[in-house]
Amino acid sequence: MSRTVLATLQVLVAVIAVALWWVITQTSILGDPARIQFFFSTPADVFWQIVAWFRSGEIWRHLWITLIEAALAFVIGAVAAMIAGFWLARRPKLAAVFDPYVKAANALPRVVLAPIFTLWFGLGIWSKVALGFTLVFFIVFFNVYQGVKEVNRTVLQNARMLGMSERQLLRHVYLPSALSWVFSSLHVSIGFAVVGAVVGEYLGSSAGLGYLIAQAEGMFDIAGVFAGMFVLSAFVLLIDWGVTMVERKLLVWQPDNNH
Amino acid sequence: MQHAVRLDNVDISFGATGKSVFRAVAGANLSVAKGEFVAIVGPTGSGKSTLLNAAAGLLKPSAGTVEIQGQPLDGLNGRAGYLFQADALMPWKTSRDNVAIALEISGTPRREALERAENWLEKVGLKGFGHRYPHMLSGGQRKRVAMAQVLIRDPEILLMDEPFGPLDAQTRLIMGDLLLDLWQQDRKAVMFVTHDLEEAIALADRVVIMSTGPDAKLIGDFTIPLARPRDVSEIKLSPEFQELHRDIWHLLKEQVLKAYGNQNREERA
Ligand SMILES: Nc1ncnc2c1ncn2[C@@H]1O[C@H](COP(=O)(O)OP(=O)(O)O)[C@@H](O)[C@H]1O
Ligand SMILES: [Mg+2]
Repeated sequence: MSRTVLATLQVLVAVIAVALWWVITQTSILGDPARIQFFFSTPADVFWQIVAWFRSGEIWRHLWITLIEAALAFVIGAVAAMIAGFWLARRPKLAAVFDPYVKAANALPRVVLAPIFTLWFGLGIWSKVALGFTLVFFIVFFNVYQGVKEVNRTVLQNARMLGMSERQLLRHVYLPSALSWVFSSLHVSIGFAVVGAVVGEYLGSSAGLGYLIAQAEGMFDIAGVFAGMFVLSAFVLLIDWGVTMVERKLLVWQPDNNH
Repeated sequence: MQHAVRLDNVDISFGATGKSVFRAVAGANLSVAKGEFVAIVGPTGSGKSTLLNAAAGLLKPSAGTVEIQGQPLDGLNGRAGYLFQADALMPWKTSRDNVAIALEISGTPRREALERAENWLEKVGLKGFGHRYPHMLSGGQRKRVAMAQVLIRDPEILLMDEPFGPLDAQTRLIMGDLLLDLWQQDRKAVMFVTHDLEEAIALADRVVIMSTGPDAKLIGDFTIPLARPRDVSEIKLSPEFQELHRDIWHLLKEQVLKAYGNQNREERA
């Protein structure tokens, strides 16, 4: 499928979805439009709400807060997970001891942690960063761990025979191998950093996209809720696109990334 | 005369002590003189790689001794370069960086290492391919890079484990010629493992036969008096070559059939 055809089809999906939405909320084929509008708002209302946010400039502050929280959660979570993953992967006995605890911690639904983090870190950005951290950490951790464990044996033996010390093996063999695993999960882990931030905001804060949505919900302002969701989706798409760009630059050495 | 590599009564076993132990190699004896090119031929699974890994120090023999230039081997064999059968290049480094790193790890400044890497890439016929990553090269080209990576360190001993095994027939001939060409320049001691008898005779000064495992040992030892420099594809046509081939094949065939029989029995079981 050519690029233009693909883009056209992708836009077409949005157009049809919005058209359906419009028809349902403006005509009475599914019942009283006023009733339906209460639950689903209308495309025009949502559109003008978004325009109003950007016109007043109010939205930028919220976007910025969410971005900062997600970025901090990602960076701190990824760095901590890389250190922990490396450290444990090279110590199989220690890893075996910690294994059930790591699994148990990962199985915990993070939402239950949100009130505790608010208690510990307050209502500001750090409780949201903490929530995002718990999501990012485990994804990156498992990938680094796997990446170190699954280093190609021949490549490793070859590097040893070339005379690499343990430190050089770490830098030239283990780290690149682990990083390629981390990159393969980058879209997921960055998405989770945003989820952590937004859920944290939603459950208690005074700024951010999650706060905006929660506010609208509290006032039964359905147009506001939908507008918040659309801005959030666009925000995530934009970040995801940025990640793809970075990936293309950094993973040229991988067979499926040569363009 | 001092030997580059000497294996004396070497046993190599796999499996934890106490549990069922698989003795792949038992009582293997082999000496490789300085400057000598020795090929080891045997059926698949006979223990050729295992023996080579013992000479490299990647495996520790369960009995017997490995001596490198008169010294008992302890840990990895730092005097040896090892050309693996499988792809061993770091996929995240360009071919130039893959070759240069072999120098950089022992302290050569990066600029000098890169310059010498370019020279070596040229020597193996890959001028202008330095910026390519391994996945952008053909199998034969990857082997050339691996050869440059091993040879740039100028090891005294060369260990090669079916290095041309995965390549097609024509490429193997070309790589054989390239190898002989490079070897001719400074005559390192070589242990060359292959399952291809023709390749062994065409390249080596001596061909030794490995018996079918378990408890594999080296059973035949044939001097190859063919004149050098050799042309790998031409030499196979000479009557001398064919006579040697007939003699050695006679011994090897027995082992191959035995290995084949073992395999069938395993499959039926
Ligand atoms: N790590 C290992 N653990 C157990 N058995 C092994 C291991 N490596 C090799 N073997 C066995 O040792 C024998 C010799 O293997 P190998 O040296 O790879 O044979 P070759 O290189 O001649 O094809 C084979 O039977 C193989 O199954
Ligand atoms: Mg082998």
